[in-house]
Parts: sequence; structure tokens; C-alpha cells
Amino acid sequence: MKKSRVLSRIVIGLTLLFLFAPIAVLIAYSFNSGKSTVVFQDFSFRWYQNLFEDKAALAALRNSVVLAVVSTLISTVMGTFAAYGISRMRSRFFRSTVMSVTNIPMMNPDIITGISLMLMFVFVGTMLGLAESLSFYTMLIAHINFSLPYIILSVLPKFNQMDKAMPEAALDLGCTPMQSFFKVELPEIMPGVLTGGLMAFTMSLDDFVISYFTKGSGFQTLPLYIYSMTKKTVTPKMYALATIIFFVILTLLLISNLTDQDDGKNHKAKNN
Amino acid sequence: MKKIFAIIPALALAVVLLLSCAGCGGKTLTLNVYNWGEYISDGSEDSLNTVKAFEKWYQEEYGQKVRVNYDTFSSNEDLYAKLSSGAVSYDVIFPSDYMIARMIDENMLLPLDYGNIPNFEYITEDFRNLYYDPQNQFTVPYTYGVVGVIYNAKVVDESDASGWDLLWNEKYSGDILQFNNPRDAFGTAMYKLGIDVNTTDKADWDAAQAELLRQRPLLKGMVMDEIYNMMASGEAAIGTYYAGDYFTMLDMVDEDNDTVDLHFYYPEPTNYYVDAMCIPSCCKNKELAEIFINYMLSEEPAVANAEFTYYASPNSVVLNSQQYAEDMGEDFMEIIYPPMDSFRNNYQAYAYQNLDAETLAYINELWEKVKIN
Repeated sequence: MKKSRVLSRIVIGLTLLFLFAPIAVLIAYSFNSGKSTVVFQDFSFRWYQNLFEDKAALAALRNSVVLAVVSTLISTVMGTFAAYGISRMRSRFFRSTVMSVTNIPMMNPDIITGISLMLMFVFVGTMLGLAESLSFYTMLIAHINFSLPYIILSVLPKFNQMDKAMPEAALDLGCTPMQSFFKVELPEIMPGVLTGGLMAFTMSLDDFVISYFTKGSGFQTLPLYIYSMTKKTVTPKMYALATIIFFVILTLLLISNLTDQDDGKNHKAKNN
Repeated sequence: MKKIFAIIPALALAVVLLLSCAGCGGKTLTLNVYNWGEYISDGSEDSLNTVKAFEKWYQEEYGQKVRVNYDTFSSNEDLYAKLSSGAVSYDVIFPSDYMIARMIDENMLLPLDYGNIPNFEYITEDFRNLYYDPQNQFTVPYTYGVVGVIYNAKVVDESDASGWDLLWNEKYSGDILQFNNPRDAFGTAMYKLGIDVNTTDKADWDAAQAELLRQRPLLKGMVMDEIYNMMASGEAAIGTYYAGDYFTMLDMVDEDNDTVDLHFYYPEPTNYYVDAMCIPSCCKNKELAEIFINYMLSEEPAVANAEFTYYASPNSVVLNSQQYAEDMGEDFMEIIYPPMDSFRNNYQAYAYQNLDAETLAYINELWEKVKIN
């Protein structure tokens, strides 16, 4: 009994080490006073200060966040409605076909999605006679495009789990279909919507390949900016930036987990 | 829950409004600049942010707001692919020599109106009319560089440190780094053998390959950017890179580490490159782009950029700047600006030029064999 417990702790420890060692090294070196990635000289905030003086890096960060927020919101709304529609399809065959089709983009390699989107944008742009077919909006469409399947995938099961009698009861008791959706169904599927939204947000934030192909002039995201630093070495200010992003996402995850737990408790209390 | 649902769209709307309002403060001009990453002074460590300085200067000078969208690329091929897709619009770009030659061939660059770029007079005679732009109609040089050998004096004897032979010296087997791309790697062997690096004679390329195969067992590795860390940490003792990069490495060496003492010298002959500012054919505001190029040549931004990138400047204002020489120190000036009879002659004779497709394919074939050996 005890032995297996020790063993399982070791396994868990090793797994965590494997998962977090790279990030731990990065965080440690973001506080290094020197440029070296081998020797730790002194503890300092030099690279953090450096980062906040680099307007181009901050602009890239702002662009990334704006793009991620806007694309997440649009794709969450679209995906939720799509899931709503799919869950109400009568024919089982039709429903599973639609599901498979929406899953294809997820399986598609990013590079194919990226190239095909770029080709389409250039094609449409030339047809419309635009001087530059790629812009912020093409990148936005691309990001919505690749996040949509994830939203559908996380919202649809919530619709299926939901007791079908509930919206029916709401309609019986005088709700309009719209009211029934917002008052009864939406609160039920909310955890799925939030999970999907969070996933879309992080995916949009760190996407490189698709953004690379669909990027227009004057709107560069953070991953593209970091990649272009390879003419010289990537400076440690990027470690500082990565550290900050890591902690922001960690806090987001913690908050979302805590609110999820609260929801669970309330439910139990109500049911009792 | 309902509240969250009301707050989120409101926030989104605010973000979108903010974003769309970036250009709505009266008539704001925009200038799209596409440059290498880390290739312009960005305001860190108390340096001058040259892009912001341009925006400010332009408004004072012309009374109109200008917004510079500054994007970065990682290789010439990257830049070429983006521009040739025809889907983007940039006003100023910074390609390297061989790519400029190709872009001129394919009508991707616009001839400049040098009347709008009076500061072009600061460009030293040596850097005008080079092979990639013989009439100097399309380009304003931004930086140049010379390849040299970097070695760790704690490992390498001073007496061995000269010429390309050091990279083939069996005494330092396991300490030598070679470039991990065919053109640069073959270049080192061809300079050593005295072969023209732009030859189309297959026998010459075969000879260079034999030399590389002879060197292969002595190598620690074939690297590109890893060279910075490997040299700075003492993991390898001999490598070749541009002079400016040597100073980046020096910055990375730990002060307390007494096993690393990096030195630098130029072998003869060696490789040269020039990066220049150009205006691509997709440019929307050519005059503004020319004003930008002209501004980058003026003293304050030119000195700031040269100090930031560590690469050599073809701009006489920078060369004559007291402040530049003082900031960078004597060692730096001696190494970055080596005495040369004529940059032009060296450059025209030894810089890489665009090769025809057949030769390139042949080199790649030879290179594969070097790699697997």
C-alpha cells in the first residue's frame, strides 16, 4: 500500500517536472541580469524594464490580445448557435455528418488551413479589386475559422446532457423561445461555453502558422514578432514577456476553476 | 452569469471601437515599414526609439500626424514570399543585396526620387552603385557587415589564429563550428581554396565539397544561431560570423567565467553583405516613404541604429560622429571598420551573388552529402 503510494508520487513528480521544467528555466532566466542562457549572474528586473521600453514588442502584444479577444467573442457566439442548431437536428445521420464535417478543420494541419485561407483571401481580394487583400480582418476571419470547431465541440455535449424537458417546461409556462434560451438553456450550457471560449482564446493567442499566412501589413502578432528576432538571438526580454503571459493565463485558469466549483456547490445545494 | 454576459459584449465593443479609432484623429498618414527583427533602435536601455522619433519629427516638420506600422521578418525569403503574394502593402523594406538584385529583376522595386532623399550624400562613395543596383536607382544602404573568425583565446594559440586554416586545424578537433547552410559553409571552403564563390563551374564546387568533407570529423557541429550560446559558454572555441555578432557574443559571456576569452580576426578573403532600404512596388505613399528613408540617414537616428544593431554603417555622418566612437569604444571601431583599400573592390569580388537555378540545385545535392557524412 505504502510502496505504491510513494511510487505514484514519484511518477506524478516526474510528470510535473517534465511538463514544467522548460517554463521554470525560462522564468528563472527572465530574472538574470546578463544575456547568457547558461550562467545565472544576478537577480534583476533588467529585462522586464527592457520589455516595457520596447514599443514594437508591446504593440505586438496588444495586437495579439485584441485579436484573441475579438475572435473569441465572435466564434463563441457563432459556435454556440451552431451547437444549438446541431443538437436539434432530428435525423441522426444528418447530425453525425455535420459533426464530422465541423471536426475536419481541427484535424487539418495548420499549414494547410493557413495556405488555403491565404489563397482564398487573395482570390477574393483580387476579384473585389482591393489593393491589399490581407489585413486585420482576414486574420480575424482566419482565427474565428480555426476556433469555431473547438467551441462547437465543447458546447454540444452540454446541450445533449441538458434535460430536454426543461426548455419544454419553460415554453409551457409562457416563455418565448428566445426567453427560454437565455433563461433556461444558456445557464445550463454556460460551463461548456466558457471552456470553449478559453480554449479559443489561448489558441488564438499562440497561433503562429495560420497567422503567418494570413497576416496583412501593419498588424503583427506576438508569435510572429518573436520569430522574426532570429536574425540576432532572441533577447531575454522575451523570457520576461513569456513569464508574464504564463502567469496571466494561470490566473485566468484558476479563476475559471474556482467559479466552476462555486457553480457545482450551488447546484448541489439547490438539489438537496 | 447574466451580468457577465452583458459585460463581455460591452468590453468587446469598447475594444473594437478603440481599435478602429486609432486612425480617426483627423487625417493621419500611415507608413508601413517591414524590417528584420531587432534591426532598429527601439528605445530599450535608454536608446532612441527611432520610429517614434520619426513620427514626432514629421508632425513638427509637416504639421501632420503620421503613424508608422512597424512589422518584422526573419529572412529575405520570408520577405520575398510576402511581397510576391501581392496581398500586402509595405512602403519601406530592408532586404539584403542578393534579394535586391532578384527583386529589381522581377520589377518588385520602385526607382527612388533622390531629390526627396538629400541625405543620400552621406553615403560613402564605396557603397554606391554596387553590383545589385549598378546605377543606384533603387536603394539606400542601411548596414553592411564582414564575416570574421571568432575564437576562444584560452583554447586557441595566438600563433594559429589566422586565415581560414584555423577552421581546418586538427589540433582543435571537436571545438570548431561550421555554418549550417550550404552557401555560407561552401563559402568558407572556397575562400580558403581561393575559388570564386559565384562560380558556375561544377568542378570548383566539387573541390569545395571535398574540403568540407575533410573538415567534417573536426567539427563540434553545424549551427546557425546556436553559435551565440556555444561560443559564449565556452562549449565551442572556433566559429565564424559577422563582426557585429561577435559583440553580441561578448555581451553574453559571463564576467566571472575565466575559461572564455573571445577574440576576433578577419581572414582573407572573406564575405561581405549589404542591407539596404528600398521601396516596393506595392507602396502607397512613395513620398512619405522617401522622407522616412531620408530621416533614417540623418545623424541622430543613424547613430542610434548603428549603436543598437552593432553592424557597420555606410553613413559618413555615423563614421564621423564623436559620440558614436566614444559610445562604442576603440576595440569596437577597430573591428567593425577594418582598414580596407576599397570596400567596393572586395565586395564586388567576394560577396555572394544570385546563382542560377541549376548551380543552386547542384550545391544542394553536394550539401546533402556533407550533412550525412
